[in-house]
Amino acid sequence: MTWVSPGHIPSTVEDEGRHYIMKPLTAKGKASFQKHATILFLVAPAFILFTTFVVLPVLQSGYYSLFQWKGLGPLNNFQGVGNFIRAFKDRIFRIALYNNVKIVIFSLIIQLPLAFSFALLVARKKYTGSVFFRGLYFFPYVMAEIVIGIIWRFIYHPQHGLPTLFSQWFTADKMEIGLLGDTNLAFWAIFIVVCWKYIGFHMILYIAGLQGVPEELEDAAVIDGASKVQVVFHIIIPSIRNTIIISVFLCIVGSFNLFDIVWAMGQGGPVHSTETLVTYLYNFGFKRFAFGYGSAIAVIIFLICLVFNLFYQKYIVGEAQK
Amino acid sequence: MKKLGIMVMTGLLLLILSAVFFAGCAKEDKEEVTEQDKVTITWWALSAGGGDESRERLRLKVIEDFEAQNPNVEVELTMLENEAFKQKIQVAVQAGAPPDLFHSWGGGVMVEYAEAGQLRDITGFVKSDLSKIVGIGALGVYGYDGKYYGSPYDMGAVGMWYNKAIFEEIGASVPKTWPELLAVIKKAKAAGYIPIALGGGDKWPAHFWWVYLAMRIGGQDAFNAAYGGSGSFKDPTFVKAGEMLLELAALEPFQTGFLGATYDDQAALMGNGKAAMELMGQWAPATEASNSDTGDGIGDDLGWFSFPAVPGGTGKNTDVMGGGNGYVVGKDAPDETLDLLKFFLQKEYNIELIDVEGIIPVAKGAEEALEGTLNSVIAEAVAGAGYYQLYYDQFLPPAVGEAVKDAVVALLAGQASPAQAAAMVDDAWQMEK
Repeated sequence: MTWVSPGHIPSTVEDEGRHYIMKPLTAKGKASFQKHATILFLVAPAFILFTTFVVLPVLQSGYYSLFQWKGLGPLNNFQGVGNFIRAFKDRIFRIALYNNVKIVIFSLIIQLPLAFSFALLVARKKYTGSVFFRGLYFFPYVMAEIVIGIIWRFIYHPQHGLPTLFSQWFTADKMEIGLLGDTNLAFWAIFIVVCWKYIGFHMILYIAGLQGVPEELEDAAVIDGASKVQVVFHIIIPSIRNTIIISVFLCIVGSFNLFDIVWAMGQGGPVHSTETLVTYLYNFGFKRFAFGYGSAIAVIIFLICLVFNLFYQKYIVGEAQK
Repeated sequence: MKKLGIMVMTGLLLLILSAVFFAGCAKEDKEEVTEQDKVTITWWALSAGGGDESRERLRLKVIEDFEAQNPNVEVELTMLENEAFKQKIQVAVQAGAPPDLFHSWGGGVMVEYAEAGQLRDITGFVKSDLSKIVGIGALGVYGYDGKYYGSPYDMGAVGMWYNKAIFEEIGASVPKTWPELLAVIKKAKAAGYIPIALGGGDKWPAHFWWVYLAMRIGGQDAFNAAYGGSGSFKDPTFVKAGEMLLELAALEPFQTGFLGATYDDQAALMGNGKAAMELMGQWAPATEASNSDTGDGIGDDLGWFSFPAVPGGTGKNTDVMGGGNGYVVGKDAPDETLDLLKFFLQKEYNIELIDVEGIIPVAKGAEEALEGTLNSVIAEAVAGAGYYQLYYDQFLPPAVGEAVKDAVVALLAGQASPAQAAAMVDDAWQMEK
């Protein structure tokens, strides 16, 4: 921010803005000084808060991640990248990472298309009850994740839950079904709940996007002989492209940070089969007093999100804005 | 000029804010000066959760009595729910500001705090005062390396709780040995009951089984060898414990979906009379009652027996695994904290705690109040134990405790062999040592 340097002759080849900044203190320059001082002044509180509560802790956990540290006492057992190597060598960490990737992929191919179809059904007030269903589908999103986790524990309860109840309709004997206690099925049982909660949220995003699409456009396409499927794929989807880009972004980042529901429904168990990166961080960092190692996991999660974010901003969001 | 105005306004605002801030600080300073001779003790205790305030009421009464006798002392009580406490205390200790008196289960976590210099060494006071009130064996759980950091107010045992009505119906008697237990399980299963309720999702109820088997097979020597370094958790005792647990699991004695069940689910199955047995600590009757449909559990039908013997095992049937609740003293605690601890441990309050928290009292003479209750059987077991083992998940360092729980659940899920499970524990232990 070198807006004034005495005796410095402003360069003439600079672009407009820079040129303006470099001007010596004329009446106009004085105004610009005041302007920048004001900006600095107004930005300072937010900047200080952001640095203290976001940037510094991130740097701090980056520093902790290089040590073996119990969270108590001095940092004196330097490990270098040892914690990171240990993480990638750990089978359970790889399960957690794999689970996260699975959640991302299946969210993208199941959750978002479903949310989009619901949005198509209820966005226009064509059908009676569309407002009611809008509220109904959105309802799970309003509840806290931890509450949802506890409610679904009851729904899946092996002795008196819904799956057991349904099984009674088909078999004479009461067959008990314990989804959350099954290492193969628990993941999918939880995945259903995650979809159930977030479909409403993505649906609202799409509805908002759809409201920006003029109905005349659809009508015109129909008059031109487009089928309903063609309208969806050639009119609606291109029109709400930006909404889809945001929805996909939120879905992926959210999947990597998934914690509460998984925790409430089984703490990453049985036998680590539903572990996500964040439950892994909690189980192996906090619970075991391994804060150095936990920090390393946090750094890995941070890097995954950061790299993805940069990539997405540059190639997807950037492309869309061209 | 308008911008200048904004700047001036912002500046003023900041000034006012900082003035308020510093005024706040100044006010606090002032208070400290006027009440300089007043000692404040911070006390963190566990609440029962679910809006039950009986524990808080009792402690407030203790504080009132204590403050009446010590007018210069003010006690600030904070009641926290179990899980919330575990998280908050970790943060407080890491920040170097532990409360003066706070809840602890002793063992590994306490040792971590002590080694970091966050606890006050009260060895002198324990030897001169507390040992006259509380048995030295129970105090030992709150000691380490010859030093003491606190005292228990509750010290119980884990054992088999069983439904007498179901046992009668299936014609079973209390099993004394492992094969007898397996026979009872088969009978109960044939009669349509859940032989054993288990909250495998919470993991710690499952680890009791493995630890007790190891205790009965190898006794104190096996554990001491592994703990002391002359042996390891890969020793035959711990592998055998896994094998015998699989022998049990092969009978499918647990409820469907037990790997995803919580301890509350387990307690509900017992409290509603659906399950015949559970392996649990002294708090089981209270938890069963509060999780049952009627709110009363199975009442007089509930019985207790100690974990059965393993034929050929060197562990004695009187060896007990258990633990309890207690308080440790934070590093900066004033001397009055010790008086408060001693005051809290007196017989009268310890007896009241039997009703309020379902404890097994530790204060000398308080056990008389148990007479005629099931808890007296547990108190006898604790008193008669030649070898008293604190639960592994509390006794061992947290990383190893977690590994034990994970290993036992993996074993029960069929995802680890007995040898692999033992190796999981040993790997964590060798890393931590």
